[in-house]
Amino acid sequence: MSFLSIRNLNVRVRKGPMILRAVSLDVAVGQVHGLVGESGAGKSMIGKAVMGTLPRAMEVISDQVLLDGVDLLDLPAADRRKKIGATAALIPQDPLTALNPSKRIGPQITRRLVDILGWTRADASARALELLAEVHIPDPGRVMRSYPHELSGGMRQRILIASAFAAEPKMIIADEPTTALDVTVQKQILRLMAEMQARHGTALLFVTHDLGVVSKVCDTLSVLYAGKVVEEARMLRFFTRPIHAYSRALLAATPTYTNPDGSLTPISDAVIAAVEEEVRLHDVRARL
Amino acid sequence: MRDARRAVRRPIGLRLWLSGGCLTLLFLAALFAPIIAPKDPLMQDLFLGRMPPFWMDGAEPGYLLGTDSLGRDVFSRILYGARLALIVALVAGTLTCLIGATLGLLAGYYRGWTDRVISRFVDIWMAFPPVLFAILLIAVLGPGLLSIIIAIVVIDWTRFARVIRAEAMSQSAMDYVASAQVAGRTRFSTMLTEILPNVLPTIVALLTLEMGIAVIVEAILSFVNLSISTDSPTWGGMIAEGRTSVHQAWWVLVFPLITLFLTVLSFSQLGEGLKDRFDPVLR
Repeated sequence: MSFLSIRNLNVRVRKGPMILRAVSLDVAVGQVHGLVGESGAGKSMIGKAVMGTLPRAMEVISDQVLLDGVDLLDLPAADRRKKIGATAALIPQDPLTALNPSKRIGPQITRRLVDILGWTRADASARALELLAEVHIPDPGRVMRSYPHELSGGMRQRILIASAFAAEPKMIIADEPTTALDVTVQKQILRLMAEMQARHGTALLFVTHDLGVVSKVCDTLSVLYAGKVVEEARMLRFFTRPIHAYSRALLAATPTYTNPDGSLTPISDAVIAAVEEEVRLHDVRARL
Repeated sequence: MRDARRAVRRPIGLRLWLSGGCLTLLFLAALFAPIIAPKDPLMQDLFLGRMPPFWMDGAEPGYLLGTDSLGRDVFSRILYGARLALIVALVAGTLTCLIGATLGLLAGYYRGWTDRVISRFVDIWMAFPPVLFAILLIAVLGPGLLSIIIAIVVIDWTRFARVIRAEAMSQSAMDYVASAQVAGRTRFSTMLTEILPNVLPTIVALLTLEMGIAVIVEAILSFVNLSISTDSPTWGGMIAEGRTSVHQAWWVLVFPLITLFLTVLSFSQLGEGLKDRFDPVLR
């Protein structure tokens, strides 16, 4: 059963270019769905469209954005926010701008519990301490009283993960959660996210441009090019028998240890031309 | 690492101490002017006109900073002038800040038509030359404390609106604002809890700067005799009087000028110091 089900999601700049083209995807309960594509392919925009945090200049035209059995598009704005707040959470890309610099860590985590679940401050604080311990933060009590600038990037990303899981959401959208971190910390954070996801049984939409990361974390994935899903597949099938030419080229471009001369394979112009043509045809058909 | 931070912090402390100390002294002096002032600031004594300050030859005991051409005590007049200057600074500064910052915050956070209306209004407003505008306003409203305050608020709120709007806009783009909204918070409460605390350092810096400006504007208005009633002492009025007799009695001009200069400098330095102190990243 899918927890998040998007059908025919179009996002465009008002009176401007299309950003997402008829995107459909499903994230099943307790599963991790990867969303890969190059920069500017619209990966983050899908997450933002679901969460309702798109820039104001963009408009959404879609058949259905089903979250936990409720079509978000049918709800009035206030109810939609409430529904999203209660069922989903976001792990943002840049841990350095995702915490309010003028507030201590503690209130920033407990606030969600107070807001969403209506807990008391004391209960929320106790739970926040547990969560910080759960994401392997040493001395959680001291961290609760710290300001964001006193902590490292890796620590802040752990805190963001803790606060995303705080209100026990059934769905988390992680927008390139490891891009801003260096590689050694990246691995710890990925392991932590997988661990938290498995323990809480959360559905996870994992946005990334790193196929290596996808192969470790995800169950299914969608490949995005110019706002269009060119291939949707289960993990094993994608890595053994990718169907779309662009997917194959993307996989071939991934650096490997076995490559003898260490050179990288670029995606060939022919593949790009083909996929561009596909997108163009889609636009023509959509206009009819 | 620790040494570098200390090196950054030391001048902030000194600046805050000096400017804060100066202003506290001035506030106390203004508050207790009736007790401190050695003479009645309005008392004239034509036999004691243009007496020099105490360290010069021919100084009259009891007249610390000398007397003006009508024999009034310069020191006492500066003390009483401080009362008006500080009332104007506090009241006009705060009101300007409240109005300008609120409008700027709304424009920068809500954008859309709210922003369009407020920004166009600010643009039109800023096209008026401020001092002429103030003089015109006083001429219409009639002199008086309330008129001065209204004039300052009316001409200067745009400064806050502009700066705070820009700050609010850059804050709105931050991820923590999006997170707050995803958590189901209303836009208004997001503005208060996520945006406002982060623009507060700027608001504080602008507020103290504005208080300095208010002191200057008040001095300008009293210089051209458009402040409160002409017989109560004002710094601007004293400067205007001192100007005419500067060759015979420089002290009548110089002491109010120095006081005015130090007051305005203290306000702006206090603002800078507080901004650095408040800023969570620099702290």
